[in-house]
Amino acid sequence: MSKEQILSPLPGIFYRRASPESEEFKLQGDSVCVGDVIGLAEVMKSFHEIKSQVAGYSITFLVEDGDAIMPGQVLAELDG
Amino acid sequence: MSISKVLIANRGEIAVRIIRSCEALGVRTVQVYSDADVDSLAVKIADKAVHIGASPAAKSYLDQQKVIDVALAEDVDAIHPGYGFLAENPDFADAVVSAGLIFIGPSASSIRMLGNKVSARALVQSIGVPTAPGSSSILKSLEEAVELSEETGYPLMLKASAGGGGRGIRVINDLLELRSMYPQASAEAKAAFGDGSLFLEKFIAEARHIEVQILGDGARCVHLGERDCSLQRRRQKVWEEAPSLISPAVRDLLCQQAIKICEAASYKGAGTVEFLYDTVSEQHYFLEVNTRIQVEHPVSEMVTGIDIVKEMILICGGDSLAYQQADICIRGHAIECRINAEDPAKDFLPWPGVIESLSIPEGEGIRFDSMLHEGCVVPPFYDSLLGKLIVWAPTRGECLSTLGDALMALKLDGIPTTTSLHRALVKDPHVLSGDFHIGFLEEWLLSQYPS
Repeated sequence: MSKEQILSPLPGIFYRRASPESEEFKLQGDSVCVGDVIGLAEVMKSFHEIKSQVAGYSITFLVEDGDAIMPGQVLAELDG
Repeated sequence: MSISKVLIANRGEIAVRIIRSCEALGVRTVQVYSDADVDSLAVKIADKAVHIGASPAAKSYLDQQKVIDVALAEDVDAIHPGYGFLAENPDFADAVVSAGLIFIGPSASSIRMLGNKVSARALVQSIGVPTAPGSSSILKSLEEAVELSEETGYPLMLKASAGGGGRGIRVINDLLELRSMYPQASAEAKAAFGDGSLFLEKFIAEARHIEVQILGDGARCVHLGERDCSLQRRRQKVWEEAPSLISPAVRDLLCQQAIKICEAASYKGAGTVEFLYDTVSEQHYFLEVNTRIQVEHPVSEMVTGIDIVKEMILICGGDSLAYQQADICIRGHAIECRINAEDPAKDFLPWPGVIESLSIPEGEGIRFDSMLHEGCVVPPFYDSLLGKLIVWAPTRGECLSTLGDALMALKLDGIPTTTSLHRALVKDPHVLSGDFHIGFLEEWLLSQYPS
């Protein structure tokens, strides 16, 4: 089975929730459509939604909530 | 003056700026730093540096107890909060004083009186300073907002009572928007500032942002003239100048009212009273007071010759104000350009990284306030301000000309910056003639700026 990757478009801090009280955008194992928000990147006090450019099943996050991320880094993988 | 050692509870260019004034006074410095700032310029130049925690500000620069613990352990006399972080937090000011230390800034009660936007509006109204039409107290409900909107008309602004510095503001264009935005604005204010209260003000589009620099010693205040900060993007200042281009009569009125407001709050240290000046109706309105040193303070320093940070330290160390109003005169013209780590070609997306090479313009009247050095890492955790290019000249025309040259000489490689935006602005006919208002830059970016 092929793996699709979701890459970070920017450098920053990765969050899986909109705010500490919110639900996670996606749980491990969720399906993802093109355009779905999978997390937020906080860059210098501004927040940017990270949307998936690919679709697939059973998302596996490769970074933790609050991790520093770099452009091009693989944030999550999907089963194609 | 009773201060011989200061802890700097901040980072970046302002930490460097504060250390320089301490050096000039012979005051020793203790710089606190997070993981991300271990190699920062402030850490290198301070007499001592102490690690206070992880990179996110909540775990380091915003940790009040840690900051105070380091201050006590290092036996400092005072804490300088800079701007942002803990600078306008009255509970922190109280905690510093309770620990037996000096807070370099106004008293907690002055911060409370002026920092909350609704109580500040009430105070200035009580002494006869005009405020924009709108709420006289916190909005109790959406229905009250709807009722008030019939008096102010649209567009109007919903503002977070605990907001400030351009944050927590929404422009509302009609009743439908008011009904849909109100709950969201309140929820956002609660999340961002821990206080969901809102108030409402008429939105004045064709206004200049004029602010008055104040120094006070708790008994008496003087002004250091005014600044025009009308060139803004998303309510964040981009370019500031002193003096402004308003008439001498209006300037005098605003400066006198700013003194009156600060004296009513027994203001101590450096502060800024912000106004909107409606260029159509020629009316001015009180906006807010910033109870801290501001990013754009250098333009006022350049035209008055007064080191504002040094004066803050002297006053908070127990000295009386060193100046009478008549001692302060405004000479020449100064402009500051904020150089941010943002990509003008990508809607000003902030972009941290490494400064690969750096060339800073030098010459008469040119100043560059910054924490940059070649090879330095700009971390993603804090704001995007990299430095401030400040130029002084005898006239505004000469200042713009020198600024244009200085911007061309400023070379900063490795990450995108707003230098290119300023290079375009300094050549724009409206900017050259000083013909702009607070909505100008956003319109200009859409219509004039080749991205």
